[in-house]
Parts: sequence; C-alpha cells; structure tokens
Amino acid sequence: MADGGLGIWGVPLAMLAGAIRVSTPFIFVSIGECLTERSGRINLGLEGTLVMGAMSAYGVALGTDSPWLGVLVAAGVGLLMGALHAGICQLPRVNDIATGIGLMLFGTGLAFFLGKPFIQPKAPNLGAIDLGWWSDIPQVRQALQVNYLFVLGIVLAFALAWALQNTRWGMIVRLAGESVDAALAIGVSVGRVRLIATSIGGAFAGIGGAFLSLYYPGSWNEGLSSGQGLMAVALVIFARWDPVRCLWASLLFGAAGAISPALQSIGVTQGYYLFSAAPYVLTLALMIATCSPERSLRGAPGELGAVK
Amino acid sequence: MTVIGAAPLPRHDGAPSLELVGFSKRFGALAALDDVSVKVNAGAFHALLGENGAGKSTLVKCAMGYYAADEGQILLNGREVAITHPRQAHELGLGMVYQHFTLVPNMTVLENFVLSRDHLPAVIDWAGERRRLRDYFATTPFAVPLDTPVADLAAGQKQKAEILRQLYLKRNLLILDEPTSVLTPDEADEVLSTLKALTQARQLTIVTITHKFREVNAFCDTVTVLRRGQLVDTRPTRDLDNDTMAEMMVGRRENRVVVERETRAPGAAVLSIEGLSVADHVGQLAVEELSLEIRAGEIVGVAGVSGNGQRELVETLAGQRHAEAGRMLVHGEPYAATRAEMVRHKIACLPEEPLRNACVADMSVAENMALRAFDQPPASPDGVRLKRAPMRDTALRLIEAYRVKTPGPNAPIRALSGGNVQRAVLARELSSDGDLLIVANPCFGLDFAAAAEIRTRIVQARNRGAAILLVSEDLDEILQLSDRIVVMFDGKLALQADANRADVGAIGRAMAGH
Repeated sequence: MADGGLGIWGVPLAMLAGAIRVSTPFIFVSIGECLTERSGRINLGLEGTLVMGAMSAYGVALGTDSPWLGVLVAAGVGLLMGALHAGICQLPRVNDIATGIGLMLFGTGLAFFLGKPFIQPKAPNLGAIDLGWWSDIPQVRQALQVNYLFVLGIVLAFALAWALQNTRWGMIVRLAGESVDAALAIGVSVGRVRLIATSIGGAFAGIGGAFLSLYYPGSWNEGLSSGQGLMAVALVIFARWDPVRCLWASLLFGAAGAISPALQSIGVTQGYYLFSAAPYVLTLALMIATCSPERSLRGAPGELGAVK
Repeated sequence: MTVIGAAPLPRHDGAPSLELVGFSKRFGALAALDDVSVKVNAGAFHALLGENGAGKSTLVKCAMGYYAADEGQILLNGREVAITHPRQAHELGLGMVYQHFTLVPNMTVLENFVLSRDHLPAVIDWAGERRRLRDYFATTPFAVPLDTPVADLAAGQKQKAEILRQLYLKRNLLILDEPTSVLTPDEADEVLSTLKALTQARQLTIVTITHKFREVNAFCDTVTVLRRGQLVDTRPTRDLDNDTMAEMMVGRRENRVVVERETRAPGAAVLSIEGLSVADHVGQLAVEELSLEIRAGEIVGVAGVSGNGQRELVETLAGQRHAEAGRMLVHGEPYAATRAEMVRHKIACLPEEPLRNACVADMSVAENMALRAFDQPPASPDGVRLKRAPMRDTALRLIEAYRVKTPGPNAPIRALSGGNVQRAVLARELSSDGDLLIVANPCFGLDFAAAAEIRTRIVQARNRGAAILLVSEDLDEILQLSDRIVVMFDGKLALQADANRADVGAIGRAMAGH
C-alpha cells in the first residue's frame, strides 16, 4: 500500500466495504428463502437458482448491453426455477429437501452448460452510488461505492417484514406456513400460496445471482458462487425467519467473508485460506449454538418439515 | 371486499334449527354413516353420543362440508341448503369448535381473530382491529388477552378463544367436538354454562359431541346416540339416566370387569424423584423442582390439565429428555434412563401416543414387541445375532394373551388401530413383570371395553407389587385407579392426597391452579 495513510484502520474499512459487497447476494437469497419458508416450504435449490440467475443475467447483459435487463431476466429465470420447485413439491409423496437438492444440482449444471460461451467476454457492470464523495482518501471513497442492488435488498427486507405483518397477503403466507389445517379452515389454497411464495423467493435468488456476475466479482465463471445459496438457507434459520434479521445476518456473513481480503490488503498474507473459511466456520458455529435436539426453534413456522 | 373500519359488530340473528336427513357415507368398505337422520331444534343444546368410530365426527363433518356425504339432505330453518365446502357452512352461520385447537399457536389472539374474518382487507389496520375486538370482548361473558401468542394461553383460555372466535364471526349454530376434553371441570362448567345461557336466550343452537355424561346431564336438553354408523335414538335428556345412555352407546349392558384391588400396604420406595427440573422444547422450565416418591404396590396418579409438565416428566423418566437439575433414584440407585438401567431395574413405560413414542411405525408387530428384549436371549443368544423364531413365538404369545387384533405378527404396527397399538405396547412392557411402570394417558381415544381392559392390566400389575406412575388427563381414570393422587400444575405438584380421602373439588381447583 503506497499511501499508508490508513494502516490498521484499513481492515475495518475493507470489512465494511466487503460487507456491503459480499452480503448483497446473501441478502437476496436469504430474504427469498425467508419468504418461502414462512409459507411452510424449504427450497434448498436456491444455490442452483443463484447460479442460473448469474449466468442468464451475464448472458443477457452481454447480448443487449443492458445490465438491468440482465437483472430482470435473472429474476424471471429464478421465478421459473422457484415455480418448478413448488410444482414438483405439490406432487404426492415428494420431499421438498430432496427436490431442493436435485434442483440445486440441476441449476448449477444447466448454468455451466449454457454459460460456456460467456466465460471470456466482458459484459457491462451494474453501477454504484458514490457515497464517499466527501472524502479525499481513495480507500474510503472506494469502500463507500454502494451498489444499487444492496440498497434494493435493504428496502426489500423491510418491505417484506412489513408485508408479512400488515397485509392480507402476508398473513395468508404466514398462515400457510403455521398451520395447514387453519389455512384450509378459512378456505386458503395452501398449494397456491406456497407456489407464489416459492416463485417469488426464487426470483429474489435470481437477482442475487445477477449481482454476482454483473457487479462483484463481476464476471461469469463456474466458480462464481461458493455456496452462498446454501449458506443463505442456514442464515434464515439463524435469523429466526425474520426478514430484517436476515439483513443483519447477511451483513455479518459478508463482513466475515471480507476478513481475509482485508487482512491481505494490509499485508497479512499468512493463513489467507484459513480466514477465507471464516463464513463457513461462522455458519457451523451458529448452527451448533442455536440448535438442539430437545428444543424446537422459537419462531419456526409450524409446518416447516425440517424443524418439526 | 370490506372497507377498512366498516366491519359490522357481531350480531346474532337468532338460533336456527338444523335437520340432517338420511345421511350415508362410506369410506371404502366401511360404512361410517348409514341413513342417519337427526333433528336439532332452534336454541337446543343437543348432545351427540357414541363410542369411537360410531360416526359422530363423520356426521358433523358432512354437515360442515369437510366431507361430501354419499347421501343426505341438510335443512336449515326448514329450508334445504347445499353445503359442499366449509366456506358455505360458514356463510350460513355454521361454525365448528374442535377438541384440538385450531388457533395458530405462533400468532397472537388478535392476529388469529382477524385472520379468520371472511373478508380480510389488503392492508390490515391493526389499531382499528384491536379497538373493534376490545369493544367486542366488552360485550361477551368472558374474554381472553389480545396480544398473547396462543401458544402461551392455558388450555381453558384457548378453548374460550375458539368459542369467542365463532361468536365473533356471527356463527349462530355451533358444532362442538369434545370441547371440554382438555379443560378442568371448573373451566368446562364455566364455558358450557355461558353457552347454555346463549342457547336459552335463543341466540345460539349447539350440537356437542361428548363422552362425559356429567356434562350431558348438566347442560344438554336432547341426546342423539349413534352406534356403528347408525342412529340409535334421539331423546330428551330428562328421560335418560346414565345407565340407559351407556346401554344405548354400547348396545348391551357393559359387563365391565370390576377392577379388583387387593388391599395392601405399600412397600419400599421404587422410584424417588428429587428436585427434578426439566426444560420443554423451547427451553423453558416445564417441570420445576418436583419431588415425588412411588413405592412398590401403589399407583400414584398424576392429575392435571395437559401442558403442565406431565409430558416432559414422562419423557425424562423414559430417557427421551434430559433433566436440567435434580435427580432420580430407582431402588435407591441413581437412574439416568439408560437401557442398561431399565433392564436392571425392570422399568416399563407406556407413554402417550405409543405409535410415536414407543414404536417404530414401519416395523412389524413382532419386531416392535421385541424392542425391549431383542438383544437378550432367547431373541439373541449372544447379543450380536438375532433369531426370528423366538421373537415370533413371543409375539404370538403376547398377541394371544393381550388380544391384540392384528393381521399377523409380521404386519407393520402402523396398520393397527390405536387401541391395538396400545395393547401391543402394554403387552411388551408388562410381559417382563416390571418393578416400575410408567403410564401416560393409557386409554386416550379408546372405547369403553378397551379402556376397561387396559385399566385392569394396570391394576393387576399393581396387585403383584409393581410401583406405578399413572399420568392422565382423565380425572375419572385417576380416581378409579390410584392409591395416591397428586396434581401437577405449572410444573409443580399442587396437591397430594390419598385416593380414598381425596376431595374431587380440591383436585379440580388444584388442576386450575387455585
């Protein structure tokens, strides 16, 4: 580092910047999964949806030169993947965990297959809001480059939290997730509610994928997602099925993921890969700390098979 | 769609009459209902009696539109109506309250009430809804807290909330399916007398499914009895006594085995529980510093409304849950509910819902019956290999001795009816002549004959000197079987008494926490 003006302060700054960048896909996937799980279904296939979203967004941005059209298409692809999951799960004797794993492999495989031509070319990036204009320090300016999708994710988290509590639609989603009997008793079609919730959840995950390929890291390759889609599912449990807590948890995971590049930026290169594992270790530690065979989780939707 | 804030206050248009004519319903080969006709007068408190499987639930579910009857007409106020979906029944003012609660446990009372409104606005005005519901509760004979999650309400309050919700939705004909089975006698009386007043004021017609003659005598004015899907008779309550009602239900005079109790002085303590604390599934203490001693040759009955820590206590004794504090001693030795200790101390356990808690549902009856002894001779000569033949022989002997109705020892146990699963587990647990028997709700959901038989087996075990812990929500069962009665309330013992000096009023009050 030539300027050296920040020294050790570079680490928290880089972690803040990293939290904003790295957390964005977590935010979208976890909010989508949160919605899906509140309706009583688990979609483990969001990892596949994420990668499909990344691939299709990149392809469309490349072809049309419009990254935002890419985001839109990624959301549409995610919507379809979610609807596929919901549709399969509604068949008799189908387990949503197994279906989810199947769709995860299907999604990633299909994305690699279709995405081969997009590996080399460079697609246009999504822009960012420059919140660091007041500062002369280049690192601060760089850290405060806040992408639009991050802002959208924050808005979505609060909007979903509000909608689940205050709208007819939200109450019906919660009812479908809490008690099928009660939902049937008031004449709600549980299958349809879950179809819609799972599809929208998939669309969110697709947008998360678009972020990966169009902003950060900002290119398409087969190692693009390192399990963000799966970790976001764990994150929903940690966040106790609350969209706003999903947001905070995503930021925490993002910051953990930024530890190792941040340390590298001030010259600590030892244990780079060890620090890279921080989010995964964090996931494991959180799951162990919050789960118990004798207690069911507070706040867990009553119809969610995996936590019954 | 309802305009926000314009939902009209509940109002009763008066009690309707209901006539069900010629109802038949088959499930496969089984005729659940065979040409049943019932007339319920306007403003009646009408009881529907019958054993398990008599067709009571099927009949009311057909009336409510949950099942499509094969044949049958519904007349409401003398006019024929078509009900093919619960929503149609609701629009006609028919509502149903179930034995098990239908309120969503993770939502508050307010949320539950608002959700069940027929037309929910797109954006919910919580302040307005709260105000309206509070105003409404001011006009009802009882109320429930608005902002408490339903899961945190006591059973009596939950049932009150269920009934209030029906009234709030302007239902003027209520069908109650064993509404008091989880309530204390006092709570049941409070709920039922309120409903009685509403029927007498001609605001409400009530059809109630029940097993409790006491409630029929005290509150109902007409009784319809069903037996094996057929109508036996409909008569005014004043023309009936308990023996007649029982005869109508069972079809013959019950030659009930009178449980022969040997008078015997209790022996040495078999199980001692000292300061036991157990956490429930959300981590809150369900059993708090409970101490209890059970001696050889006595039945200690634990009475109490469900959800006061009985389940957690039994799970701890059965090894399904660990204790937070305190200790358990069996024959004076510390007991941690391991398999080795259970074998050594001859501990047997019949938990509630045995299919879930004491069986492997997809394994055969013979395998399930061998679960306690499959690793000991003769089923396993060396603890490694298993021999099918001895397991099968034991199973055949037990099936015969306990009259388990099963297609054979190799049938999966999940194919058996509830009573026969219960018998199979009891056979397994009692066949080892245990020193300590832990029993929870052994007769839940069983009919008279099966219940009487299982109770006899329990008393026989006591007579030969076993120590028995009997946890039951059925107070009559506790009173009939126990030598000593304790009442569990909120995780603690609220009362201890010798059975022959027990005051039922005091027990009821202790169950309600007074």
